[in-house]
Amino acid sequence: MSAHEKLSRRQVLRGVLGGAAVSVALPMLECFLDPNGTAYAATGASLPPIFGTWFWGLGLIPDHWEPKTTGDKYELPEHIAVLAPIKAKLNLYSGMQVFLDGKVNQNHFSGAQCQMTGMVSRTGSEYTTSLDSILGNHIGKRTRFRSIEVSCDGDRKSTWSARGANGMNPSEVSPLALYARLFGADFKDPNSADFTPDPAIMVRRSVLTGVAEQRKALMMKVSATDRTRLDEYFSSVRDLEQQLSVELERPSPVPSCSVPPKIESEDIGTLVDQTRNTHRQFAQLIAHALACGQTQVFNMAMGSSFSPLRKPGEATAYHQLTHEERIDPQLGYQPKCRWLAEQQMAFFLEMVQTLDSIREGDATLLDRSVVFAYTDHGEARLHSMKRYPVFTAGSGGGRMKTGFHLAAEGDAATRVGLTIQQALGISTGSWGTETNRATKPFSELLV
Amino acid sequence: MNTGTAIGNVISQTRMSQMKTSARFLQMRLLQLPVLLAGVSLCAWASPSLAEPVQAAGDPATSLSFVRLTPEQYRRSIEDVFGSNIRVKENKVSPGFRDEGLLALGTRKLTIGSAEMEQYEELAQDIATQVVDPNRRAMLVGCKPKSEQEADNACAGAFLKKVGLYLFRRPVADDELQLYVATQNDAAQKLHSFNAGMIAALSQMLVAPEFLFRVEYSEPVPGHPDEQRLDAYSRASRLSFFLWDSAPDGELLAAAQSGKLLTQEGLNQQVQRMLLSPRTERGLRAFFTDMLGFDGFATLTVDSTLYPKFTKNVLEDADEQTLRTIVDQLLVKNKSYGELFVTRETFLTPSLAALYGVPLPRSQELGGAVPWVAYKFPDNDPRIGILSQVSFLSLNSHPGTSSPTLRGKALREKLLCQKVPPPPGNVDFSLVQDVNNPKFKTARQRLTAHASEAMCAGCHKITDPMGFALENFDTSGAFRTAEHGEPIDASGSLNGKAFNGMQELAQVVKDAPGTTACLINRAYSYGTQRKPTKDERTWLTSLQTELGNDGVKWRELMRRITLNADFYTVPTAPPLTARAEQ
Repeated sequence: MSAHEKLSRRQVLRGVLGGAAVSVALPMLECFLDPNGTAYAATGASLPPIFGTWFWGLGLIPDHWEPKTTGDKYELPEHIAVLAPIKAKLNLYSGMQVFLDGKVNQNHFSGAQCQMTGMVSRTGSEYTTSLDSILGNHIGKRTRFRSIEVSCDGDRKSTWSARGANGMNPSEVSPLALYARLFGADFKDPNSADFTPDPAIMVRRSVLTGVAEQRKALMMKVSATDRTRLDEYFSSVRDLEQQLSVELERPSPVPSCSVPPKIESEDIGTLVDQTRNTHRQFAQLIAHALACGQTQVFNMAMGSSFSPLRKPGEATAYHQLTHEERIDPQLGYQPKCRWLAEQQMAFFLEMVQTLDSIREGDATLLDRSVVFAYTDHGEARLHSMKRYPVFTAGSGGGRMKTGFHLAAEGDAATRVGLTIQQALGISTGSWGTETNRATKPFSELLV
Repeated sequence: MNTGTAIGNVISQTRMSQMKTSARFLQMRLLQLPVLLAGVSLCAWASPSLAEPVQAAGDPATSLSFVRLTPEQYRRSIEDVFGSNIRVKENKVSPGFRDEGLLALGTRKLTIGSAEMEQYEELAQDIATQVVDPNRRAMLVGCKPKSEQEADNACAGAFLKKVGLYLFRRPVADDELQLYVATQNDAAQKLHSFNAGMIAALSQMLVAPEFLFRVEYSEPVPGHPDEQRLDAYSRASRLSFFLWDSAPDGELLAAAQSGKLLTQEGLNQQVQRMLLSPRTERGLRAFFTDMLGFDGFATLTVDSTLYPKFTKNVLEDADEQTLRTIVDQLLVKNKSYGELFVTRETFLTPSLAALYGVPLPRSQELGGAVPWVAYKFPDNDPRIGILSQVSFLSLNSHPGTSSPTLRGKALREKLLCQKVPPPPGNVDFSLVQDVNNPKFKTARQRLTAHASEAMCAGCHKITDPMGFALENFDTSGAFRTAEHGEPIDASGSLNGKAFNGMQELAQVVKDAPGTTACLINRAYSYGTQRKPTKDERTWLTSLQTELGNDGVKWRELMRRITLNADFYTVPTAPPLTARAEQ
């Protein structure tokens, strides 16, 4: 890879944008890959970037998680010390906020909505295309699955992923079901010597093509209010056609791809141990699916933003605890809430380490990923929209520097989403609406 | 419940057993539209037939609107067409969101995402494969192919035209049918199998927007060209999904096809017929499942270590108990809606009986053949009406503690159609954060202290006084007289009327004018899946006044709503909906 090729991307982003959206298409796969580990040794083909989101409810304990210094020499405070093993591959962002711009704070909704869509809506029934969909359209068009959504608390509604304005992508809640979907009968092992296109899949694809061909006739007759919804339906038909097309192509060999051990049982629930186990099972499945090229986008939610997480024997669940547990005067915080928050940080560590455990040449699966971890409130007890804890893990194939703490006091939390978009090659100079419109990425992270 | 291949299955096992569930019954249902079975050759499709729509779909004057089928409506539609032996796997589509208190209104805004499409395609393949299974094909498909290895356009065409009518809830147009037959032809040739061709064509119908959505066609109102109403087939669907929670049957489609359904007399005939059908139970159950928020049971958590009698069986039985009570009171006994709040009659399983602390007949405790038995609580028992049932009590509690606030909020929002504002940000809970504080042993004490804060008082005054009367029931719904050793004070008030305990609360809720007004408004919105217009609200108010004297009875309410012409109008500018509840 030449220096010129590397520079041109940064030059384009820095020089052309000037705060406004531009339409310069940047090539993704060939030009910007780190030579150390993001290409197959055998074929020389580039490994594509991965984007994932990781949502946890109810934030962290304010004043206890922010490092005292910024840059790459910071120390992790005790509250998030569990993340030490991945510190070098992590970025931590502090001080940011979500602006309501006069709208009612939809508690446990508006904050996460803004970080995933760039906007805060007037009501809880409005949502729009989320960050994962924006990135998926850019980096993940040729995979079997457009994206994978999971929730670890048994609630399918626990999702912040959406395409268009009419409905969020529901989460899978069963690891058994996800295993069947990813590695069931339709899975084609990319490393298998035998490959014959399945004529039954060709027929299934033709069936969908026939449905898609009805689009024009129906769109002419549909009322204006329903047109977008119908169009989204046909987009989903096309996605499935694409998925079947991928299954008809001989997959490129992927040395790091292996089928995970079959999941024999699951125990879905909201106790900490249950959530941990479900999260662990999902993490394994998603990591293997990513390594096998089944998808490049995933969304993991620990559960609802009104977190039902619970310690065994404890009468009160996490969300209720944030509002009812006394702040210990000696400690200065709500001890049970802190414990639950730290459990979730341990889950995050496990997800990141699972990605990092899959080696791809000299690098790992995590190294070509950007995992965006976000939450609903800066301080859940007060429904605060300030001082959000935000993390990213992974460098997206050398596109983002890692190991930094960045303090952005008072800035819009959408800066992180903008930074990720630019890092992964989307040529936009801003993201978000009203005061949440970010025009300034964390350029110090962009390679 | 797998009782054969009947189209017209109903919900309760007892009723199910009374129905003709044989293959012969299915064939009779399909024969209700004889012309469809007559068309066994491709030529028949091109000729005008009784099955042509009154107003052709696709006429430039028509416009379309879409409402996604619920998972339950999808399942029932399949069972109605192909029989209950066809297994419909669990449908994991998004449950959607509430608008104006109902999922039905939120459903009007839903589309189908990629992961959902993947599920629908898998379901379609699975269902189509079952339909052409050698054990069923002769009965369901109705014709024998010339060869098992080749396409048979005539046989396929006859079958697809026949089922297309039921799946799309309107006749399949000739050009559409040709596409499906072509799909069958291509697939059979590629895979050298007639069955594979049929699976391809049928699964194509099952993923088509015309099946996955209720497509509503509108047409100008005769004499009022500026106004729009549903066309005959869309009217049939609105009626059917409202009253039966499923697709129209052959008779209703025939009434649409002949145009009779657009006349007041024809409409009246169909409504009378439909309300006498056992399928009315489905519609009633679907409506109350939505209105009472029973979708919440999918994610309900009650701590079984703290409440060991709240078993998995209790969780599974809770909503069914309430639905059985409602069906019994409103349909079987034809009682008025208000009776739901004061009836002592209900149905119990051994698990529920254990939680309620009541004896069941010994045969039941040993596991009777039918787990449900009728039970009547004594007159002096604290259990009275559906508010004292575990469904309402546990669904509106925290996992480990009861909540007068959540219960009062549910009463206001679900049963009185009122809106309770969300809690403000920056709430200071320090006064009540310690649930083990010896000063605040009961929920009343904690909340009274909390509500003394000016910023909190407003909302808690709305919710808590109603919820306090239910404090004799803990999170699991079990009865108690004390909390942390402190006797429970179950006094409260609603709209200035004071009461003490469950029995008096039940009577106050029954008598409140807002209770029946709420039901009437919710039912109307549920049926149209939109907010009522100004004119409709006026009509609903007059209906409440009229029905209120004798109490609102379910069948009469359904009859009044479905005979009102406005129920089928299509507002030119749909009214804006308010925020969805979380």
